[in-house]
Amino acid sequence: MFENIFQWLDERLGLEAIYGTILDRKVPKVNWWFTLGSASLFLFVMQGITGIFLTMYYVPSPDKAYDSVEYIMNGVAFGWLIRGIHHWGASLMVLVVFIHMLRTFFYGAYKYPREVTWLTGTFLLLLTLGMGFTGYLLPWNQRAYWATTVGTEIAGTVPGIGDFILRVLRGGSDLSAVTLARFFSAHIWLLPLGILLLISVHMYLIIRLGISNIPGEDE
Amino acid sequence: MANKSSSPNLSRRDFSKIVMSFLGSIMGAVVGIPIIGYVISPALKATEIDAWVSLGTLDSYPVGNPKLFSFTRTKVNGWEQTTNSYGVFVVRKSESELNIFSNVCTHLSCRVNWYEDTQAYKCPCHDAQFDINGKVIFGPPPRPMDEYEHKIEDGNILIHLTEA
Repeated sequence: MFENIFQWLDERLGLEAIYGTILDRKVPKVNWWFTLGSASLFLFVMQGITGIFLTMYYVPSPDKAYDSVEYIMNGVAFGWLIRGIHHWGASLMVLVVFIHMLRTFFYGAYKYPREVTWLTGTFLLLLTLGMGFTGYLLPWNQRAYWATTVGTEIAGTVPGIGDFILRVLRGGSDLSAVTLARFFSAHIWLLPLGILLLISVHMYLIIRLGISNIPGEDE
Repeated sequence: MANKSSSPNLSRRDFSKIVMSFLGSIMGAVVGIPIIGYVISPALKATEIDAWVSLGTLDSYPVGNPKLFSFTRTKVNGWEQTTNSYGVFVVRKSESELNIFSNVCTHLSCRVNWYEDTQAYKCPCHDAQFDINGKVIFGPPPRPMDEYEHKIEDGNILIHLTEA
């Protein structure tokens, strides 16, 4: 019976074709370093899921942010686990995305015709770092506060427009409620949407062009 | 593919599929089951109230018309203190006969008001009306107004406030 349902859907949606194009692609004989892209994607999805559930209890306001995180850790069932996965997943994602870039670089996989894949990848790395930077402030503890003070201060050292950048990042001259709210907004909306968009392009190009062979080996 | 699947031995591809779906299910469960607990846990937390609340002296309530007494109670919900306000109508029918009603409408929990001209409690939400004894005289409420258990100690009225 399920066969029939699947047949009916497949005839209309072309599920087999989607599966074939995305998952049954021909790939060269490669090694474990080539799994890092999938690992990055997996971590992004994981961060997305745990992050969505964290917003269920988190409050991005200076008087409640710390208390709400405390509540997630001690008051809600498995809150420690959801936040723990998000916390460690964040560090792991930066690491995995970075090693993924190193592999692409050292195997020369960024060369023709994959320059655009590389380019979107570099932006994905920057956006991932942006996620780390904005997410670090959200617990609103001493470490978060001073890390963001230092981070925005560093951005302020850019010649000429530094002060402007600092003020845009903080939403004024001080690290304030405005800073927390905009970091939260960037962390859950702007940056993830940017990442999602670039991942789509990145993956489209991988499916379109295939993955590169290990250098020195014939196709 | 066809000739491979007809072989009596498990193909490499089928083996991978089984291992992948097994590991995938475990990972899904490790994250999925805690998430269910995470979402529903505040709903399962017991916030019981069982207290006697003083409404002041019996003498401060006139015989005849219902008089509203309001008070607030706080409890901790998540990361904040929630202040709930309560309203009770004290009805002294005679010197000794006393009824104390909650002003929460038994229909959908709006707050009712007493109207002296029509001698009825009216709910602003769906036009429900209760008489002075709390009986439904008009509208959708499924039961009469809720009454509080009360006692009088040293001339003070106390009501028994309970919440599950």
